[in-house]
Amino acid sequence: MELNVNTEKGAAPGAPVLKIEHLHISFTQYEQGLRREQMTVIRDLDVEVRAGEMVAVVGSSGSGKSLLAHAVLGLLPYNASAGGKMEYCGSELTPDRIEKLRGSEIVMVPQSLACLDPLMKTGHQIRKGRTDKRTKNKLKEIFRRYNLKESVEELYPFELSGGMSRRILISTALIEEPKLVIADEPTPGLDLKVAKRAMEHFRELADMGAGVLVITHDLELALETVDRIVVFYAGESIEEAKASDFKREETLRHPYTKALWRAMPRNGFQPTDGVQPYAKEMPEGCPFAPRCRLCTAECSKEIPWRELRGGRVRCLSAM
Amino acid sequence: MRLELKNVSYQYKKEDRMILEDFSLSAEHTERVGLLAPSGYGKTTLCKLLSGYLLPDSGEVLLDGKPLSSYKGYCPVQMIWQQPELAVNPRLRMRDVILEGDKVEERILHELGIEPDWMNRFPSELSGGELQRFCLARALGKRTRFLLADEISTMLDLITQSQIWNFLVREVAEREIGLIAVSHNQELLERVCTRQVELRK
Repeated sequence: MELNVNTEKGAAPGAPVLKIEHLHISFTQYEQGLRREQMTVIRDLDVEVRAGEMVAVVGSSGSGKSLLAHAVLGLLPYNASAGGKMEYCGSELTPDRIEKLRGSEIVMVPQSLACLDPLMKTGHQIRKGRTDKRTKNKLKEIFRRYNLKESVEELYPFELSGGMSRRILISTALIEEPKLVIADEPTPGLDLKVAKRAMEHFRELADMGAGVLVITHDLELALETVDRIVVFYAGESIEEAKASDFKREETLRHPYTKALWRAMPRNGFQPTDGVQPYAKEMPEGCPFAPRCRLCTAECSKEIPWRELRGGRVRCLSAM
Repeated sequence: MRLELKNVSYQYKKEDRMILEDFSLSAEHTERVGLLAPSGYGKTTLCKLLSGYLLPDSGEVLLDGKPLSSYKGYCPVQMIWQQPELAVNPRLRMRDVILEGDKVEERILHELGIEPDWMNRFPSELSGGELQRFCLARALGKRTRFLLADEISTMLDLITQSQIWNFLVREVAEREIGLIAVSHNQELLERVCTRQVELRK
């Protein structure tokens, strides 16, 4: 494998590439008439990605995880406002900096298949119009790995199946030489073999020195390739664990993470009652409290982070 | 009651590859059949044929020995789609979405954990998991005899997946509705189905 990630200008191996603290994002919505309302979708999210590391933010669909990717890339819609601290390679990630870096050093694999330009052939689109030999060969190599025929380069997005479009989106990121990859739900609609291959490809980018952040609801798939997991629930990150902590229920920390573990088909397929609270009806304190058996009166206050067994958790009763 | 595909062939355009060629499959109403297939195999096409959204180029789709197309009105074979947000009309409130199917028992809404307040919302105000509960309820009308589940939980988190499937297995067993489930996830199919069929190119 060719070592083509320049770690000189960027972060040394193990140094944080991306560091996000207390990220919060809210939307201004119009209710009836001119009455405006703030809806906070992400309330408090911490995540750190180091060079050479692959981190997954895992949370249910519709919980606002995608906004994290959009915030880092400066792609939030006009009616959203974000706060908190974002650092890239040790210094603040300002809008000017984002604009310079995205698409080259910071790349994103978007969730929506609609992100492909419907009027541009896929090959041209992935190469961003470049026609030099090196880029062309690199694309051929990527296609080979993903079982895409060379003729796919000549197709328009509407001629692709769901799984093919997904692989095209991933290719758009892999053709660059990024230091930070943010993949937003990169695998739904892919069969297990292709999904695993895509994750392994991200893993390779991490092994070559890039930081990789995967945002996904597919915990089972993430566990096979990532180093660390940040569990996201109802707008907050509630636990940080090593992927290996998920081998047993006892090594996990937060009651919600344990509930996720028990719901896996291989671990009993047990459901937990209730649903995630709606962003406009958040309980005070711990967002999982209404569904939690260990809940006490203290849980309605603010819950601080605690270091626990090599990870971090935001729960008063976790042991 | 049996749902069958008999020697079915289908292709989208004449010049394209055959999606299905001389394909046969049958399921009893007491069964929960899991279909495991790689991406691009034509699983969704298969489901659309089985539920009458598409007609085969040749061969037959039979329910209880009669062509599915001969059933008028509410189709006894109902399909649940992978992406619930694309399966509901974005301009209808949820209480109207639920009326699109057959009569749905109050009990089902309750068991699926659908909150009364959600009825007043538009699809964009619900999460994927919440929307999928509505799609399930909508497909479980009184006259439903078979249910096709096309990757209905790939977009959902593990807890919602397990809630939905535990409910669905109980419900179809009680009402003797046949179930055909398509998924990439073999572990899930092992949990949910009575029999599995692996499809290969």
